[in-house]
Amino acid sequence: MRHGKYPFVIGFLVVPVLLYAVFVISPYVQAFYYAFTDWHGIAAHPKLVGFANFTKLFHDSVFWKAAEHNIMLLLALPLITIAIALFLAFMLNVGGGSRGGTRSGVWGSKFYRVVFFLPQVLSLAIIAVLFQEILRPDNSGAINSIVHALGFSNIGFLTNPTLSMWTIIGVLVWQAVGFYVVLFSAGMSSIPGDIYEAAEMDGASRIVLFFRVTLPLLFDTIQVAWVYLGIAAFDAFALVNILTVDNGGPDGATTVLANEIYRDAFVYSRFGYASAMGVVLFFLTLTFAVLTLRLSRRESIEY
Amino acid sequence: MTINTRDSSTKASAARPAVVPAKKKRKSEVGVLSSFGHVALLIWAILVLGPMLWTLLASFKNNTEIFGSAWALPHHLRWGNYARAWNKAHLGTYFFNSVIVVALSTFGTMLFGSMAAYVLARYKFIGNRFIYYLFLAGLAFPVFLALSPLFFVVKNLGTVPLIGQFITLNTRGGLVLVYIAYSLPFTVFFLSAFFKTLPTSVAEAAMIDGASHTKLFFRVMLPMAKPGLISIGIFNIIGQWAQYNIPVVLMSDTTDKSKWVLTQGIADISTQAGYQSDWAALFAALVLAILPMILVYAVFQRQIQSGLTAGAVK
Repeated sequence: MRHGKYPFVIGFLVVPVLLYAVFVISPYVQAFYYAFTDWHGIAAHPKLVGFANFTKLFHDSVFWKAAEHNIMLLLALPLITIAIALFLAFMLNVGGGSRGGTRSGVWGSKFYRVVFFLPQVLSLAIIAVLFQEILRPDNSGAINSIVHALGFSNIGFLTNPTLSMWTIIGVLVWQAVGFYVVLFSAGMSSIPGDIYEAAEMDGASRIVLFFRVTLPLLFDTIQVAWVYLGIAAFDAFALVNILTVDNGGPDGATTVLANEIYRDAFVYSRFGYASAMGVVLFFLTLTFAVLTLRLSRRESIEY
Repeated sequence: MTINTRDSSTKASAARPAVVPAKKKRKSEVGVLSSFGHVALLIWAILVLGPMLWTLLASFKNNTEIFGSAWALPHHLRWGNYARAWNKAHLGTYFFNSVIVVALSTFGTMLFGSMAAYVLARYKFIGNRFIYYLFLAGLAFPVFLALSPLFFVVKNLGTVPLIGQFITLNTRGGLVLVYIAYSLPFTVFFLSAFFKTLPTSVAEAAMIDGASHTKLFFRVMLPMAKPGLISIGIFNIIGQWAQYNIPVVLMSDTTDKSKWVLTQGIADISTQAGYQSDWAALFAALVLAILPMILVYAVFQRQIQSGLTAGAVK
């Protein structure tokens, strides 16, 4: 590495670092500054207001509602998704029982894997529009027409405030499950068959196998899944923005922080206030990541 | 290795007679559980495919049929819905814009991402770690924190002489640059780990043959990194194709939608469908947006699954 290392290194780094500095680093740094100003987007020199935006946030009921929904997503989305995905993956890989000593999945497991993963390649915006039609409150909706035919009264998936947040969670779970089925399947297929065989010989039932063998050996993968889903729970913007009544309604029943940041900045032009909320969102995300890594740290099992 | 396996299998067969009663009991339990499991798998498959099939059905209906009975078949195939979605609802324009933007931004992301990752992974220089962690930090920040300042950064690019008009708000060029910048952290992180695993002997041999650093990268290292490039390439294509937050902020001009991308376009068609009561065109537009993704997925199913899960397994 003698001839001309530095010109080469600089030549290769200059464009990516420049793009990154202009479009990523500088907006983040500015956001932390604007969080302490009353910036409305027009004034050349926004006025510094100290912690005023943050104290206002503290008394803002919409902010608390949005934060509450984010926390709800943070708990429910990973829990439900991982539970369903683990169950389906276990059925795909181990559910078929052992034939001739080798473990086999159920019949058609390849087909299921392809189908389950499908929603993952669709964008959340398209899924939002799709479910807007599926979940229509009248009999023209795909689900409510069935509900009606069964003799029940129609369900206001998006218009009933107590139900609408769960609808959002349901759609997110619908999209996410397939990805984690594939992820957990990969993890399960790398667990040696001998371990299952040995456990079975000791008389372990299928349920015991799942909880005592599969689950502990998949712990690292599940942890990764938890972090991924947790980060996804802090976004959900496309869904709330497109799918829900009045962008986060009815009456704020489905709004999330990302939605409020967008609204404050680009509808009300309160850029300073929106930045302050962004800073809070950042610290929430960071706390979640640190906590997950801290709490779930344990010795991994080598096999 | 072979001896070990044989050893365990003989042990297994030797122990088999002793566990016959337990095994019989287990067999019926397996039967119940596996049929229960099969039903669960089938239900989930229906949950996934049902909404899409229903949309396909609805895309051939007219308004009366759409508001009639939801699961009834259309009387005949109304291809006109598709023509209206593609032309009158501008889906064709949105689709074309998405293809252009994602093609350019994925190419840019791969080129600049691999260049930065390569240099950071294999060259020692002052500031190497600083730049690497700077890229890594980008993974920790929520994009919503950056959106308002980003809007003004891109707006101000319009004042740059000559090229400014091509990279400001409401331009495909601006969107491409922003997509590249926000895709760099993960791409650099993933590829630098990949470049680190490549053997040094090949690089040294090429250097002795008189290859320059640049030639070494494009002729030797990039071809060797092909599996990693494919994984992260698929990851970026799908991620950028699905992007909604950034275009909604940077392409917010509602008077001129000619540069809009597919995701925001579909959301807009959905809103417009309410005003113009052309629901059939909305369903056709949905099918046109979903179908290409399904076709691409059907062909590259294996690569897409491994590409998207690669990040999690690393």
